[in-house]
Amino acid sequence: MALADGVIHDIGYQRYTGPRLGRRYAAVSLYLHSLRTAFGLGRTAKAKIFPFIVVGLAFTVAAIAVALRTQSGNVIISYLQYCDAVGIPLLLFLAVVAPELVSRDLRAHILPLYFSRPLRRADYALVKLGAMISAMWLVLAGPLLLMFLGGVFAQKRGASGAWHEFTDLLGGLSYAGIYALIFSSIAVLVASLASRRAVAAASIVGVFLVTTPVVGVLQVLGGDMLRQLSRMIDPVLLIQGLSNWIYRTHTMDIAGYGPVYLAAAVLLVTGCVSLLVLRYRRLTV
Amino acid sequence: MALIQTQALTKRYPRVTALDALTVDVEPGIIGLIGANGAGKSTLIKILLGLLEPTSGAVRVLGFDPGRDAETIRARVGYMPEHECLPPDLVAAELVTHLARTSGLPRTAARERASEALRHVGLYEERYRQVGGYSTGMKQRVKLAQALVHDPDLLLLDEPTNGLDPAGRDAMLALIHRIGTEFGISVVVCSHLLGEVERICDSVVAIDGGRLLRADRVSAMTVERDLLAVEVDEGTDELAARLGQMGLPVTRDGRLLVVPLESDDTYDLIMGAVAALDLPLHRLDQRRHRVAELFAAAPRPAAGPARQEVGHGAG
Repeated sequence: MALADGVIHDIGYQRYTGPRLGRRYAAVSLYLHSLRTAFGLGRTAKAKIFPFIVVGLAFTVAAIAVALRTQSGNVIISYLQYCDAVGIPLLLFLAVVAPELVSRDLRAHILPLYFSRPLRRADYALVKLGAMISAMWLVLAGPLLLMFLGGVFAQKRGASGAWHEFTDLLGGLSYAGIYALIFSSIAVLVASLASRRAVAAASIVGVFLVTTPVVGVLQVLGGDMLRQLSRMIDPVLLIQGLSNWIYRTHTMDIAGYGPVYLAAAVLLVTGCVSLLVLRYRRLTV
Repeated sequence: MALIQTQALTKRYPRVTALDALTVDVEPGIIGLIGANGAGKSTLIKILLGLLEPTSGAVRVLGFDPGRDAETIRARVGYMPEHECLPPDLVAAELVTHLARTSGLPRTAARERASEALRHVGLYEERYRQVGGYSTGMKQRVKLAQALVHDPDLLLLDEPTNGLDPAGRDAMLALIHRIGTEFGISVVVCSHLLGEVERICDSVVAIDGGRLLRADRVSAMTVERDLLAVEVDEGTDELAARLGQMGLPVTRDGRLLVVPLESDDTYDLIMGAVAALDLPLHRLDQRRHRVAELFAAAPRPAAGPARQEVGHGAG
């Protein structure tokens, strides 16, 4: 037999002499891993169900928008309207994925394994937030791209029409970015405070819902100015107010307070990010 | 170059002092870090990794200062935490690969070395199973594999035998011994059981209440011999007398007779004595030293408010 002479060699332990890439590479690795985690990739089939239902629904809405447009010849749902329509239900996506990214690590006490590697605590926090923002943006950007392809074929003005369509798409993609940035900053911060996924999910939805009645009361009580400004308490209305100013969609009366809405949004995001970084800096492992 | 050097290292919390002016120099090899629960072992490990900042004093690991070069140290050190720290829904091979990349290994190298590390800890066949389905012993091995995967110069193992049955403990200790001798990696093993680690260690650092009790080569500590514990259901006094006549310095400890283990012949002598008296032998086993026993003879430093816990009975 040919194998009779074969000897199995235990080559023993081999020292590693290859390159050791530093902190930046470690952060990128964690980012890619987290992005995969967000969609349940590399994990059980059960973990994939929910993200893919959400992705499926987002694409379905986009497909309907394309179908309506080719049938009627008019733009029934614009890129911006699509973001408004799908962005709010995406709150549920956030409520499931943010705890998956952050609370799960707290619950399983994985952080000592990360913090004992060439990764700083702030890196971890920012990478997790970045992965959440990217995941949410991708869920919106994919269908927007589908709508763009459908739109280019539906319009009849040739190259100039296609260019016009493209600039509209860029508007939609940036608006999706605003949604992803503001929603994720809040959601990841809230999730980082709870180690139980269910608690984190409920808290995220709660934070978004609790502002709605507050705004409602202020709308009834206040004068014009209070009405125009109080909406920014609700993150969803803050985003929509911002879109009124940036994209001139005229869906909401914010008068001349556009810059105030922008300032509020910047303040909200920087506040959440600072608290998130502080949270991980203070965490004892 | 000294592996680890500390100079009057102190860590104070609002209510306790975890480390109290600890000064010690550790040479490469396998080092046992011995102390009761709450003696400051984990605090010291976390300071070495730069995870905690000392209140005062100086510390150097592999020649670097954890306060300033924490990332350099962490790239060259492997850490196995005391408590469970693995995500249950990940496959072991994937988890260890991911952590290897977080340690700075390129993608292919990370995958290869993850397989190798899991093979070295004895989990090659099971590496594509989810960690959540593993036994405690297997989880401990995964924890060791992730600490080993990036080929560190120093391994810091916090109570690696925690939760393992006697066979699992022996296997884990044998593995650590192999890593220290064959792999050429220095290892610091934390334990509250001296008897457990002295078998595999070159040197021992014992701390209590955050203070250094003793730091020495194991060879210099052999004065403390192993002991045999004998328990018979009846006739303890007769057996004690008999063993005394045979020249064995026997002492009583409750229902137990304790005899120093001179050589393997001691077993035979005791068995012979029990058989000759026709006594029902309940147990005859080697007694593991506990830190408190080893240092009971030595003058203890006064236990100040620094003491978090007096749990010397652990073991």
